Amino acid sequence: MQETFTAQTQNAAPLSEAEAGTSLWRDAWHRLKKNKMAVASAVILAALSLASVLAPWIAPYSYEEQNLALRAVPPQSGHWLGTDALGRDQLTRLLYGGRVSLMVGIVATGVALLIGVTYGATSGFFGGKVDMAMMRIVDIIYALPFTIFVILLMVFFGRDIRLLFVAIGAVEWLTMARIVRGQVQSLKKQEFIEAARALGLRRRRIIFLHMIPNVLGPIIVYATLTVPAVMLLEAFLSFLGLGVQPPMSSWGLMIKDGADRMEECPWLLIAPGVTLAVTLFCLNFLGDGLRDALDVRASKD
Amino acid sequence: MPLLTVNNLRAYFHTRNGVVRAVDDVSFEIEKGDMLGIVGESGSGKSVTCYSLMGLVPQPPGRIESGSAVFDGKTDLLKCSTNDLNQIRGKHMAMVFQDPMTSLNPYMRIEDQLIEPLLIHGVCGRAEAVKRGLHALEEVGVPDAAKRIRSYPHEFSGGMRQRVMIAMALITKPELLIADEPTTAVDVTVQAQILELIKKMQNELGMAVIWVTHDLGVVAGFCRRVLVMYAGRILESAPTEDLFYRTKHPYTRALQRSIPSLQPKGAELYTIAGAPPDLSKRIEGCPFAPRCEFAQERCGQPPIELKTVEPGHATACVRMQSSEISI
Repeated sequence: MQETFTAQTQNAAPLSEAEAGTSLWRDAWHRLKKNKMAVASAVILAALSLASVLAPWIAPYSYEEQNLALRAVPPQSGHWLGTDALGRDQLTRLLYGGRVSLMVGIVATGVALLIGVTYGATSGFFGGKVDMAMMRIVDIIYALPFTIFVILLMVFFGRDIRLLFVAIGAVEWLTMARIVRGQVQSLKKQEFIEAARALGLRRRRIIFLHMIPNVLGPIIVYATLTVPAVMLLEAFLSFLGLGVQPPMSSWGLMIKDGADRMEECPWLLIAPGVTLAVTLFCLNFLGDGLRDALDVRASKD
Repeated sequence: MPLLTVNNLRAYFHTRNGVVRAVDDVSFEIEKGDMLGIVGESGSGKSVTCYSLMGLVPQPPGRIESGSAVFDGKTDLLKCSTNDLNQIRGKHMAMVFQDPMTSLNPYMRIEDQLIEPLLIHGVCGRAEAVKRGLHALEEVGVPDAAKRIRSYPHEFSGGMRQRVMIAMALITKPELLIADEPTTAVDVTVQAQILELIKKMQNELGMAVIWVTHDLGVVAGFCRRVLVMYAGRILESAPTEDLFYRTKHPYTRALQRSIPSLQPKGAELYTIAGAPPDLSKRIEGCPFAPRCEFAQERCGQPPIELKTVEPGHATACVRMQSSEISI
């Protein structure tokens, strides 16, 4: 380990010549950087996200700007990905759709993360009857057909896009809770947790400062794998007409429109379909790469 | 007034296979600045005794069935609330664990872990805590402490980590240190250093130490008083010298004879026949009786109690108490 010491001097540190050790996180980062697929995926994702975020500024048209005279035209100069039946520019709609899809992916995963980690950590930490009760609740929610659950929520609370985020997040946290609970349970028996208790640390501090950083690896991996699942779910809901409402676009919505007319205008299906597939692929590769990089057994020595 | 008075401590584990009486009616006390050794083989209840005092027995399945442990004449560690206990542990009493490799949080810098007790007990602010942390690390003999304080645990060797653990336990200058076999997981050269270190720190801070070990040699050179535990009970309690030279329990004698270096070279090593009893079954009478060469019929019958036979020297052996045998 000695040679991996970085001889940086930290000005912020109280001791100007203190060596900042390499954390396990930094080790993981080094390993991730060596994984070409993961890096390529991360680059593609970053590019896609950036393009989507900047859509209002870089998109050639407005997402609701119609050109009925044009109708559906195949890719050509001026409309690189063609236009849909209402003469709306496909590239523009793809970029705007990406905003929605990526945002759903991130926000819903965030919601799932927040609920799942807190719930799972609490359940695992307290154990016994509390754990029993909390996990049975998870089992019950698990048993609900979750698509129908989301549909019910949407019907009940209206088709607000923010609700879509919450609704998806609210079903995706279950697996997260189980993962975190399992990890926390095994962590609880580790001596450093006992040591922390012996030092008089409060439970909340132990959970959030000592336990969660140690389960962050699996959490990050699962989160990167949840994002595509959530995006797929959003696409699916939009496909069913329950998600994002026109004229706003989302990839799922575009795939639906494309699928309706895929014989006459295949470009309407291909562009969003390929984009979604590539995004999902990249997220999965990145998740895989992260899992390898964060693997505890690999990182110990 | 003793610093810690433990009376009739019983810690049981309720498992599917019955109730395991890990600690069964243990009483002892320790004075301020004293050095108490607890010896016994694996599963004799010495660790559970310490865990009970620190409030670390996992409940369930564990349960403190009875007893009291009055710390500093004020707080009963076994009955007070977690909040009250948190005021004491880490500040007035601290513990060093067996395995230094797993006793530190792998994701936290040494510095942050080291000063955590100071911060959470509100002893001082962060800047002062960092200063004291560095000082503590130097005290326990971590070379280049100033450079290495911002490292992570995996960049330290086992012995160094144990030093960090000790520094962490002592940083608040506790009145009582519980050392749960802190030298078992480190190699022999480091063992001696750790022993010396704790001895030195004890002298400097004047704290009391409960030293849990299965190594009689460590006890001999180190402790003023010794408790010999077996099957969750105390079989003998004596000043160290008396324990070795005026042994009052066959089990202690057998333990001593099992030390390889005290046996004649070339001879077959002495071992105690049989195995420790199954603690999930109720033991009537002396728990050591089935393995004891002096056992008689009455050894299998209660009551078996720890009785003082000489000043400061108590034994649970009925035959010793009535001076029927001498060893």
